[in-house]
Amino acid sequence: MRTVLIALRRDLLLAGRRRSEVLTALLFFVVVVSLFPIGVGPERALLRRIGPGVLWVAALLATLLGLPRLFAADHADGTLEQMALSPQPFALQVMGKLAAHWLLCGLPLVVLAPVLGLLFGLSADALLVLTLSLLIGTPLLSLIGAIGAALTLGVRGGGVLLSLLVLPLFIPALVFGAGSVDAQAAGLGVQGHLSVLGAMLALAAFFAPWATTVSLRIAME
Amino acid sequence: MLTATDLACSRGERQLFERLCFALEAGQWLHVKGENGAGKTTLLRTVVGLSPADRGQVRWRGADIRDQPGDYRRAFVYLGHPACLKDDLSPLENLQLALQLDGFEPREEDVLQALQRLGLHGREDLPSRVLSAGQRRRVLLARLLLRPAQLWILDEPFNALDAAATELLLSMVRHHLDAGGVAVLTSHQTMPLAQSREVRL
Repeated sequence: MRTVLIALRRDLLLAGRRRSEVLTALLFFVVVVSLFPIGVGPERALLRRIGPGVLWVAALLATLLGLPRLFAADHADGTLEQMALSPQPFALQVMGKLAAHWLLCGLPLVVLAPVLGLLFGLSADALLVLTLSLLIGTPLLSLIGAIGAALTLGVRGGGVLLSLLVLPLFIPALVFGAGSVDAQAAGLGVQGHLSVLGAMLALAAFFAPWATTVSLRIAME
Repeated sequence: MLTATDLACSRGERQLFERLCFALEAGQWLHVKGENGAGKTTLLRTVVGLSPADRGQVRWRGADIRDQPGDYRRAFVYLGHPACLKDDLSPLENLQLALQLDGFEPREEDVLQALQRLGLHGREDLPSRVLSAGQRRRVLLARLLLRPAQLWILDEPFNALDAAATELLLSMVRHHLDAGGVAVLTSHQTMPLAQSREVRL
């Protein structure tokens, strides 16, 4: 646990010295989401219909934007290698890094989502469900994305490859995340969708750090 | 303490070395020599367990290093070519974080003292990006003073160091060997250190 916290604190400290990188992804999220009402026009019913999907897709893309940098800087300056050679388990250090990534790139999206949801005229209940689904969904995106980031580490043109690799894997999260708001609007109850999302998160939390660690070790060979 | 038997490594199609053997006892060090691209760094990365060998095995205290990763990693410090410094953090923060990640609890005085000994007095709190190549190298070498380890594995440790720092590092290695440590170094220079074994790739 201590190892996780140290790695987490380290990445937060680093991000604190380089705030612009974190803000870029956030601004991207805000701008992309705001473009839709402008582009589609002010038809209320339509906006309300596409709102959850737009927010979710924008969250996917904003997460994707920060992924190539997740391990690249540590890889370039040799610190990732030192982490892999540390007596402390590498997987725990990776978990700390992932937690930091979610706090910096995922959690702000969750906080901003209800505000941006207002642009689409979503009801209070819909906003609540949307925020909940993103709260469960964004760590899932970070975990899945980390595997992709580790696999494409050190590959030329890795950024594009990473998108192609990871975006299809994000689909289940998108289906159940955005679907939860639709289910709420249709009066079907959201528990099913959110439970599936939670199950996927539990599964990813168990396997993703391990898969990421193995991929990183292969990338460093 | 550290033995390698019948090691073979290749990079792609090219065989870098094969049937490589060495054995080091306490107080001995291994000088890895070879031209550029001969595979010195690959050998060191194989010895620390970063790159797998095609054949053969590395043993630490009699057991294969793959069977005891935790114990083995506690026993060595590996310093490669990159300076392992975060540009946005100061040398002090860099060292503290690196040691904490390795599971040690460094006291600030000790870290400051180590930096001072390596001639970085007054630069402890500057962002590392303003340091010169030699100074960055010195920050990296400060880990040798701060982390207890029996085995030092250093890749071209004298790169970018001036005469004074070279002398200091030599004395550090000498001290380490006198205390019963083991070291593996790559270097193109001849080194005024006793008890050397040599492999030429």
